[in-house]
Order: sequence, then C-alpha cells, then structure tokens
Amino acid sequence: MKKPILSLSSLSQKYVMALAGIFLMLFLVSHLATNILMLRGDDGEAFRGAVRFLTENPFIKIMEYVLFAGFLIHIMLGVILQIQNTRARPVKYHTRLKTETSTFSRYMFHTGVIIFIFLVIHLVNFFFVRLGWVPIPEVAEGDRYEFYEMARELFQNPWYSAIYLISFVFLGFHLKHAFQSAFQSLGLNHNKYTPAIKTIGTIYALVISIGFASIPVYFLFFH
Amino acid sequence: MEIRLKIWRQKNAHTKGKFETHHLKEVSPEMSFLEMLDYLNTQLIEQGKEPVTFEHDCREGICGSCGLYINGRPHGPMQHTTTCELHMREFKDGDTIVVEPWRASAFPIIKDLVVDRSSFERIIHAGGFVNINAGCAPESNSTPVNKIISDRAFDAAVCIGCGACVAACKNSSAMLFAAAKVSQYALLPQGKVEAAERVQKMVKKMDEEGFGFCSNTYGCEFDCPKGISVDFIAQMNREFFSAKVCKPKAE
Ligand code: HEM
Ligand code: FES
Repeated sequence: MKKPILSLSSLSQKYVMALAGIFLMLFLVSHLATNILMLRGDDGEAFRGAVRFLTENPFIKIMEYVLFAGFLIHIMLGVILQIQNTRARPVKYHTRLKTETSTFSRYMFHTGVIIFIFLVIHLVNFFFVRLGWVPIPEVAEGDRYEFYEMARELFQNPWYSAIYLISFVFLGFHLKHAFQSAFQSLGLNHNKYTPAIKTIGTIYALVISIGFASIPVYFLFFH
Repeated sequence: MEIRLKIWRQKNAHTKGKFETHHLKEVSPEMSFLEMLDYLNTQLIEQGKEPVTFEHDCREGICGSCGLYINGRPHGPMQHTTTCELHMREFKDGDTIVVEPWRASAFPIIKDLVVDRSSFERIIHAGGFVNINAGCAPESNSTPVNKIISDRAFDAAVCIGCGACVAACKNSSAMLFAAAKVSQYALLPQGKVEAAERVQKMVKKMDEEGFGFCSNTYGCEFDCPKGISVDFIAQMNREFFSAKVCKPKAE
C-alpha cells in the first residue's frame, strides 16, 4: 500500500478544505455584490466607485493574498483528495448503479477543474491587466482599473460570454453540493437545522450562478 | 425461474480475475440469494468443477460476512437487506445477475467473492472498545442514560461491519463504519471516558488502511443494510475536532 500524500489525517484535510471553501463562498458573495452594480444602467458609475473603494482599501489588499492562499489550499487539497480516492479503489466495478444520492457530489473534482480553468481565463481577462501582466485593452483608454469598459467589450463577444456562462453553470453545480457538504465536514449536522442548510445551499448556488450569469447576458443582449 | 449469472472468479489476490457465466434452471423464487449460490455450487461440484467461494455465516442478517456486490449495488437491489436475506423472488425470470466482490484496496480479494475485511478489525483494535469496568447488568441499570441518547447509541451499534458502506462509496471510504463505532461509545457514559483518544486512534488507523476520504455523497447510508445514518459521520467529525482542538495531545 502506498503512503498517504499528506501526514495530516483525512478528517483534518477535509476541515481545512471546508474552511477554505466557506471562505471562497463568502468571497463570491462580496464579488457578486460589487459586480452586480454594473447592471444599474449608469454606465458603470456606481461600479467604478466600488472598485475604487476596494482597490484603495488596505484591508482588501491583504484579503487578496488570503484569497489567493484560500484558492491554492482548496485546489491542492482537492487534487490530493482525488488521488487518494482513486487509489482507494484500484479495480472498478463492472456494473454500478447510481443510487438516489447527490449527483453533484460525484463530480466535485470535475466541476472544480472547470472552475479552475475558468479562473485562469478570468484572471487573464481582468486581474492580470491590473497587475500589468497583460496589455490594457484599447477601450479602457490606458486605465487599468477601467473594468467596466473591459467587461463590456469582453461580453459583447459571444464566445467569451459563452465561456463565462457555461462556467457559471458548473460553478453552480459545485456550490450546490459544496454548501451543505462543508457543514457536514465540520460536524455541523443537526436534525433541526440541516434541512434548512440544504435549502439555503441550493438557493445560494442559484443566486451566485444566476447572479454572475446576468452580467454577460446584460452586456450581450441589453446594452 | 431461469437466471443467467455473471459471476466474478479469481484464484487469489495475486492473479487476475474474470467473469464466468452460468445458466441456472429451476431456481425457486423462495431461495435466498446464498441458497441460489449453494445450488450453483452443487451443480459445479457434480460437474467436477471448482465451486464459487463466497463468505457467509449466520444467514440471518447479523454477522455481516455475506457482502456481495449484486447488479451494481452492495447486497443487491433491496434496501436494508443483507445478501443472505435477499430472495430470488426479487429478480425476474430470465434476468442476468452480475455478482462481484467488494472493491477497495483496503479489502484485498482472497478468492472469488471473498475479500479480506481485517482492515475493519484493525480499526476496532485501535480503539473500538471500553477499557473501564462497565460492570454487569444491574450496575449498567444504575447509570441513568436519556432514552433518546441510548436509542441513538443503539442506532449506531446495529452496524454489522459488513463493509457495504465501503463498497457503496465512490471513494471506498470507511467513514460510516468508523463513525458508527466511534459514536456508539461516545454517546454513552461508559464510552465517554476514552472518547477523545478513541476517535483519534480509530481515524488514524482508518487512514493507514488506505480507505478513501468522505465526499458526503451519502451512498453509504443508502446502501447500508442496517440503515445507519450519515449523522454519525458528522458526529465523528465533531468528536475528532474537539479531541484535536480541546483535548490534550494523545501519545
Ligand atoms: C469559487 C470557487 C470555489 C468554491 C466557493 C468552492 C467551495 C467548495 C466547498 C465549500 C466545498 C465543500 C468542502 C467539503 O466537502 O467539506 C468544496 C469541495 C470541493 N472542491 Fe471546491 N470550491 C471552489 C473551487 C474549486 C476548485 C477550483 C477546485 C479544483 C480542483 C475545487 C475542488 C473541490 C473538490 C474536489 C471538492 C470535493 C471535496 C470532496 O469530495 O469531499 N473547488 N468546494
Ligand atoms: S450471512 Fe450473516 S449477515 Fe448475511
């Protein structure tokens, strides 16, 4: 038998993964709350204000590093977990019935990989422009904080809109299972509250994926 | 009834196995699944062939030795039913039935359909017991336990250690088994004394044996012949967390 990849126990790894996941889920809320301002129809005025506030805020500057660490830890543990789980069943079953269990939980790694690929594209589109690693698009007129114009140009390209929209569907799948799974991994299970947690998780997944999806849809069709 | 059996044959852990197909005629719907395999073996012996090796003991759903992966599910199509209590009337005339052993690196195949489940044994050895003198029956009656709690402990204690949870899990995780054993003691006063040490030792052993992680898919609960709830997995997660964070380090 091969040695485990990390000496940390399986349970501890899942705690860390769940905590990092919860942090990422909170980040998504704040990210959506900012981006949704683009839909106000004020040519990005409110959104620009929010971006200015966030980029000048020292707390947010620190949180950027924490966010990077959160992604890194979550993704690394996700990959380790996938390897360990594959090793645990070297010979597959010939016939396997899917029982009435959470379908999305079976594809957490796959949806995770899609989110990761999306993340890279997304960083290149926006974050790397701000860092100066990618040339500033012409529409931004030399301002690397002009994300409104960048988004508008990007999403008026149906291909980019499609990439984003498809990614949000898979993000929704990931979150649908992730929300309640994180509570279970942390041992937070209770016959009074768990049904509510599951419902809130489904609503959360829907709000996040539909919320983010509304932005490319807005620029593509209504702008 | 007539059935077609597609059954896994494997000489030992070191050889490659393969499926073998047998047509069985005049199978009675009243036969249990294991009786049907006995019937097959009688025919194989009469033909001078090697009978199919499978594990069984009580044949009444309490010993946990009869686990077979039947038509893509542990213990076959019926919920809350062990293989020995599954009857041929649950299948249709002319059905093809696929029979495989449990598949997990922590359960190596011994022969045909028999796997070595001593990894479960070693998890129990690591901490699935109480060291204190719990006394005899009258003394246990003198320790008051809330009925709801004692019922919960019993719900965990009905685990027969058959391994269906591992077989059902997409990750071959033993979380439901370990959680049932950890919880049954952690809930009761006699077991609480060593609860923190126990959970750490049992989880450590579980990891060493090469079981997978828990993805909270809950296939284990669905396929557990005793219907053990994944709530116990959350309980073990809690026990483990409080043991790691709040209690002194285990040696
Ligand atoms: C915004 C992005 C993401 C969020 C909010 C998020 C959130 C979560 C949460 C809360 C969980 C539940 C943890 C648990 O079961 O205890 C989870 C599970 C998981 N995540 Fe993510 N995740 C994100 C991105 C990713 C990425 C990029 C990967 C890449 C590999 C990934 C891989 C996984 C895997 C494999 C699991 C399953 C854990 C298991 O099967 O037990 N996630 N995620
Ligand atoms: S033979 Fe004992 S549980 Fe089936």
